[in-house]
Amino acid sequence: MKTIFAESVPGRGSRFIESDAPTAAQMLPGELLRAKPPRLPECSELDVVRHFTGLSSLNYSVDANFYPLGSCTMKYNPKFTEYVAGLPGFARLHPLLAQLGQGASQTQGALRCLYDAEMLLREITGMEAFTFQPMAGANGEFTGVSLMAAYHRSKGRKRGRMLIPDSAHGTNPASAALAGLEIVNVESRDGMVAPEALAAHMAEYGDDVVGLMMTCPNTLGLMETHLPEIVETLRKTDALLYYDGANMNAVLGKMRVGDAGFDVVHLNLHKTFATPHGGGGPGSGPVGVSARLEPFLPGPRVAVRRDGSFYLNNNLPQSIGSIGPFYGSFAVVVKALAYMLRLGGEGLERVAEYAVLNANYLKKRLEDVLDIPFARLCAHEFVASAPQGLRALDIAKALLDRGFHAPTIYFPLIVKECLMAEPTETESKQTLDAYVEALKETVALGKNNPEALTMAPRRTPVRRLDETAAARRMTLTDDME
Amino acid sequence: MPFIPHTPQEVEEMLAVVGVRSLDELFADIPPQMRSRRFKLPRGQSEAAVCAFFEDMAAADKTDLVSFLGAGYYAHNIPKAVDAIVGRSEFYTAYTPYQAECSQGTLQAIFEFQTAVSRLLEMDCANASVYDGGTAMFEAAMMAVRSTRRHTLVVDEAVNPIWRGMLTTYCAGLAVNIKTVPQRKGLSDKQALCAALDRDCAAVIVQNPNFFGFIEDYTSVFAKAGELKAFGIISVYPVMQAVLKTPGEMNAAVAVAEGQSLGQPLNFGGPYLGLMACKKEHIRQFPGRIVGRATDLDGKTGYVLTLQAREQHIRRAKATSNICSNQALCALRALVHMSLLGPEGLARQAEHNMHLTRQAVKQLTALKGVELLNNAPYGNEVALCLPEPAEQIVNALIAKGFAAGLPVGRYYPDMENILLLACTEVNRAEHIAMLAGAMGGLL
Amino acid sequence: MSHFPTDILYSKTHEWMRREGDEAVIGISFFAQEALGDVTYVETPQEGDTLAAGEEFGSVESVKAASELISPVSGTVVAVNAVLDNAPETLNSAPYGEGWIARVKLSAEPAGLMDAAAYEAHCAAEKH
Repeated sequence: MKTIFAESVPGRGSRFIESDAPTAAQMLPGELLRAKPPRLPECSELDVVRHFTGLSSLNYSVDANFYPLGSCTMKYNPKFTEYVAGLPGFARLHPLLAQLGQGASQTQGALRCLYDAEMLLREITGMEAFTFQPMAGANGEFTGVSLMAAYHRSKGRKRGRMLIPDSAHGTNPASAALAGLEIVNVESRDGMVAPEALAAHMAEYGDDVVGLMMTCPNTLGLMETHLPEIVETLRKTDALLYYDGANMNAVLGKMRVGDAGFDVVHLNLHKTFATPHGGGGPGSGPVGVSARLEPFLPGPRVAVRRDGSFYLNNNLPQSIGSIGPFYGSFAVVVKALAYMLRLGGEGLERVAEYAVLNANYLKKRLEDVLDIPFARLCAHEFVASAPQGLRALDIAKALLDRGFHAPTIYFPLIVKECLMAEPTETESKQTLDAYVEALKETVALGKNNPEALTMAPRRTPVRRLDETAAARRMTLTDDME
Repeated sequence: MPFIPHTPQEVEEMLAVVGVRSLDELFADIPPQMRSRRFKLPRGQSEAAVCAFFEDMAAADKTDLVSFLGAGYYAHNIPKAVDAIVGRSEFYTAYTPYQAECSQGTLQAIFEFQTAVSRLLEMDCANASVYDGGTAMFEAAMMAVRSTRRHTLVVDEAVNPIWRGMLTTYCAGLAVNIKTVPQRKGLSDKQALCAALDRDCAAVIVQNPNFFGFIEDYTSVFAKAGELKAFGIISVYPVMQAVLKTPGEMNAAVAVAEGQSLGQPLNFGGPYLGLMACKKEHIRQFPGRIVGRATDLDGKTGYVLTLQAREQHIRRAKATSNICSNQALCALRALVHMSLLGPEGLARQAEHNMHLTRQAVKQLTALKGVELLNNAPYGNEVALCLPEPAEQIVNALIAKGFAAGLPVGRYYPDMENILLLACTEVNRAEHIAMLAGAMGGLL
Repeated sequence: MSHFPTDILYSKTHEWMRREGDEAVIGISFFAQEALGDVTYVETPQEGDTLAAGEEFGSVESVKAASELISPVSGTVVAVNAVLDNAPETLNSAPYGEGWIARVKLSAEPAGLMDAAAYEAHCAAEKH
């Protein structure tokens, strides 16, 4: 499709504002003004609507396609949550209004939402307190890591290393590095953190270890069965345990990270709590902590008075400071709260059960189609390798032609030709069966006619794109030709 | 169960295929001592009951105040067509466009967003957005730190204190030293900024219009930074940018902005949108997603995520940032908003709001003891000196139905009488007269 | 052309160096470029930079991978291959020739490098 800039016709003004105001040149000295107006599109409303409606038709989406993207929890996003988050009493609320006047009386509804959401997440995770400031999962990781570092600093310790399993998401080491820590890679064995590797690193770095960042179940979709030993090993030097909540959908109601001995957790509301992914954001990455880390949380924090009214507590002398401008991605938190209230405790526990059932069912049915490296029960997702002679990339592309979004490919890095599928609980048996058939067809095609697979997809809006040429030539705007 | 389609019979069939007898058996791998000790949550409610709860909560918020609050975040009218387009679930229920062939809608939209941002700021290229204006400023500073291998940031005190606070938090664990150059009566002290720059400085960070609403030209500051091979970083307000001298014209290395005013509701603080644009030579230091144009096997034009080798999923600890997502849907809102307004609409919006603010200044400074903090040029926001502490006046006006603006004394202790007031197109002329009347009654 | 020319020495991290008097030309091996795939960008050092053997002096990127360049020698960079700026693919097509990365005035005698036969064995072991 043409770009919106190519649709532009000079002189087609929008008259967005009907105003008698003087021009900028009449109000400001000329040397403070731009020489030329910005070359933004000049389009009618219909031009714009038609252009973007056209673009929308080029996307696969959860609403139109099975989207088993591993590690991303592409579950159905209930429509009523869009309605509640868009209520004018929330959408039009200026964040600073809560900081004016006496006791935040103008924003009691919004503060109550934040407070209720925190109470529910506390019960769900077994943690002592939450902050909603982090604006996405990776931002939550940075926050959590900063809290861990602050804890050690408060004890007068200078610690500089973070242990991270080799199966971890790339954000874990990147977040720890952003907080100024050095990364110690912990090797895995049988898909899990090898206790002896952990012990060896602890013996070597002992008192320099801030903590360990765990993803559990891990990125291979496996539960860490050594968890109790791991917790014990870290406790010996008061190293802290971080829980990457990317895979929380697998354990809702079954395991509470607070009970299990973790000190910090970040959740991805856009995964576990069904808020839309938005084509890559906005997300929300609230961080929960155990009692010993609570004093370091970012401020301000929502608190409740004896009379039941809410206020913002800024009296946090040990706080790490502000991670976001205000109280986090509020509209996303509202959607997640609506989802939690709709499902209730029982519904949330069912989420984990059916997410894990769907993943295991899919894995079992694919055992004779793909190479499945771990024979154990999986959690909410599982990894598989493309069968001998086939590439994960080609299988992924062929699935697109059959109307399915591809699973995550080439992650985790430690599995070769990896396809990682996460069906989520909202998909029906019929959809999973259809996906199995599509994969069977694809693999059979690839074995008989490998060439055909490398030519896929053919039915998508574009075929395979030359990423190498794009990276070398770098056309990043319409003006960079 | 809501949103779970399985019938009891299907569950039995599926359990049989898996080879376990019960759903609970699927969790056998969780070590017994790790199982939940409790899980006491309220019962689920009907959709109608949940909606009613939130309707009550939203009604408990006072959005009917006549508001002049800004401080980097502004109440603007958003064309309804923005909601109509962004409400298409083909956009909002997709994810990061990992599979380019079935994500061209999202990818092309981001490419167009990058183009629009680059043109608005007159910079070479933009990324696919970061979380907000504060993180954009931090990421820009990190670009400078990595590129120059220097560790001092010179920051103008007239930069929004909310973002400066974030910068301090984000830099706490890094060997980065922040030198804050005091503002003078709401203006940047450009001489002091230049004097603070030396060969240990990675960047100088300024904002235009600055936190107090005043407009300046930072060309000379960036020229000095350039001489010393340091980055000139500027944060701007996108609406005023439709008329103001651009970061490109001032020769900034990196330009950032809080993108909220481009089609994002205030939403009590988020989600918002961080805009980032830079000169081409710094592109390898960019954080986050970037979309590039490509051709497919048939020679057809398409779009892909590009320059991914900078990112965390490949470089891990050595990535340019830990950011994984972008604010794709917010970026789409901004793009659609800019497309609907066009250059004329955005400029008229800026002019209309500047005009309103001048009317407010005229009426308020007619009150006894109220004057402008500075006679320098300002946009749609401005700092006023009141004869009494601004906090008191603002609190008293809340009771009369006004959010008169932000008392800045909380950020600048010697400025407790200063009120920061913004006008936008949601304010009507009579609102201004009402505010002047109400404030006059208090002074 | 052989994938393991015998007029150069190799490091374990797949860089090579060709000795020319008191200078050395350095680059990455055929094995390294093949493992990376289509190279899209080479971050080269700058003239005047001081390199230390065993330490990072730049990086190479492909679409899906990034790799740090580890210097096989110690010394000062006297020339950088400008061809790589606009044609990074030269690293794929001629890793030992036009795809050289930098010329270094040596400050110490290179040590710990392998000859072609030893390096070939090293690569074979790594492939395994």
